[in-house]
Amino acid sequence: MTSETTAARPRWALPSMSVLGPVIALVVLVVIGTMLNSNFLSAANITNVLARSAFIGIIAVGMTFVITAGGLDLSVGSMAAFIAGLMILVMNAALPSLGVGVPIILLGMAVALLAGIIAGLINGFLITTLGIEAFIVTLGTMGIYRSLVTWMADGGTLSLDFGLRTFYRPVYFDGIFGISWPIIVFALAVIVGEILMSRARFGRHCAATGSNEHVAHYSNVNVNRTRLYTYAMLGLLVGVATIMYVPRLGSASASTGVLWELEAIAAVIIGGTILKGGFGRVWGTVIGVLILSMIDNILNLTDLVSPYLNGAIQGVIIILAVILQREAKAKS
Amino acid sequence: MSYMKMLTAGCTALAISAGGAFAQDAETKVIGVSIPAATHGWAGGMNFHAQQTVNRLEEVYPQLDFVLATASDPGKQVNDIEDMVATRGIDALVVLPFESDPLTPPVQAVAESGVWVTVVDRGLSVEGISDLYVAGDNPGFGRVSGEYMVSMMPEGGKIVVLRGIPTTIDNERVDGFKAAIEGSGIEIIDMEHGNWNRDDSFDVMQDFLSKHEQIDAVWASDDDMAVGVLAAIDAAGRDDVKFVLGGAGMKEMVKRVMDGDTMIPADVTYPPSMIATAIEMTAVGLTSNAPVSGTFTIGSVLITPENAAQFYYPDSPF
Repeated sequence: MTSETTAARPRWALPSMSVLGPVIALVVLVVIGTMLNSNFLSAANITNVLARSAFIGIIAVGMTFVITAGGLDLSVGSMAAFIAGLMILVMNAALPSLGVGVPIILLGMAVALLAGIIAGLINGFLITTLGIEAFIVTLGTMGIYRSLVTWMADGGTLSLDFGLRTFYRPVYFDGIFGISWPIIVFALAVIVGEILMSRARFGRHCAATGSNEHVAHYSNVNVNRTRLYTYAMLGLLVGVATIMYVPRLGSASASTGVLWELEAIAAVIIGGTILKGGFGRVWGTVIGVLILSMIDNILNLTDLVSPYLNGAIQGVIIILAVILQREAKAKS
Repeated sequence: MSYMKMLTAGCTALAISAGGAFAQDAETKVIGVSIPAATHGWAGGMNFHAQQTVNRLEEVYPQLDFVLATASDPGKQVNDIEDMVATRGIDALVVLPFESDPLTPPVQAVAESGVWVTVVDRGLSVEGISDLYVAGDNPGFGRVSGEYMVSMMPEGGKIVVLRGIPTTIDNERVDGFKAAIEGSGIEIIDMEHGNWNRDDSFDVMQDFLSKHEQIDAVWASDDDMAVGVLAAIDAAGRDDVKFVLGGAGMKEMVKRVMDGDTMIPADVTYPPSMIATAIEMTAVGLTSNAPVSGTFTIGSVLITPENAAQFYYPDSPF
């Protein structure tokens, strides 16, 4: 990343700070982490950080589109918990007839993806067709899904059958060529997202819808359909994230996915997407997600600060990362 | 039919007068129960036991009515209690405060209006409000855990500790634990908050494993956190960690103790069913002349393979 900036030819201008800001913040964090603990750059630690970023990361890719199109979705954390609970219930119920094997895992995955799309479409329908404020709709569904998962678990924890869990476990912990599956899936989601956002018509429609709804409408962009698609896509990605989440601990409870929505939104904004909509950057979101999970990781690897202050450090770094972009923007 | 009813009423009145209390007072009394919602495993178990106890006691005491309310935050709990007093005219309140400070003034007002107050688990900030205090033993929870660690590692060793959500409860437990292991040669090489949450403790434990070459044992201090810790150790393929000690008495963990799992050789109770004790004793106080005021401390007990069966409740969600 750094070589790219130093190698810039004089006839090219340096990339603007809004592009550089998040990258610089990430590089600084990596340098600090390496100085504080020699294990920071070990393959095992990098795999840990990337794999645990994957849930928020996959969701944040979808969130980038929703926010770019001028929307917001607060329900994703609860939705993930609900889908995880549903998946576990369905798989446990199908166990006697299907037995432990690939079909039952595929069934669980299908349930997660389907439930995700439906949940996303419900949000999208209420927001676009009925014209209710996105904040209110998703605040409502956030409460609904959180209660549903608590109710399904009877206030306790839903656990995947032990044999099934052992069989499904490699989906989180194994991979190919030493790269674990969550990282691969995260990377795929980012690549597809980046292409959609910057090369495809859908991305342009999202940006147009988010920057000025009326102008977009007169320019023959179907504003409502674009928004509906962004919510459905986010729902689908929540389903994908859940598929990677369930094999890790094989359980879901009322405390699953708490505050994921805020982490995803924060990652999107740190990455340079504008909260009011109109401009989105998928690769920036990836940087945002990495910054967030790296802060946690560094704080755990060192004893410099009292654990009581972890939240404060996170807050300061999030705000700094955003200031870095905005200040530069004002100057240029 | 009405004759039968009169007969039952007569019998009940007789039974009460035989008990010696409220011979004149055969009318229904109302007990309000206000508890936090099931937002994590332990609270889920507590909700389960509260509901079970209420259902059972309504059968046992026809002259008692119960109102059960669960609150997702302290503000909602205050509203619940105010509603109970205003609309249901409760005679007794059983409350497990969400947080001590915000709940103290409203519960104090209830007590001053002459309602019997039973406080469970978390004490109020001002003393002398509650008629009955059913308390969990947090310093004892830490002490029992620490003593077990010492008995398991007589030579000493390096352990890491996962703490809960930063609260008085967590501080008391950790202080009790530290006091118990003092001078034993057991060294706490790292401590972080896992927030009584499986996912958080998984991440923290992964980072502990990257950071430290040698970890002899883990005090996860909670069974939900122990689940995350075990998954992290398993994934890292490390065999230096000899055992993990959780706490609370979650049924899956009690089962593993019962089955003689070497990674989970024991557990320490902090029973969510203490709410049942509180409701039951309040009902006894209201319907009989048995004195129940004072403080009732529920000790934390070590669960080992020998006694695990008596702590195993397969039907409870926790």
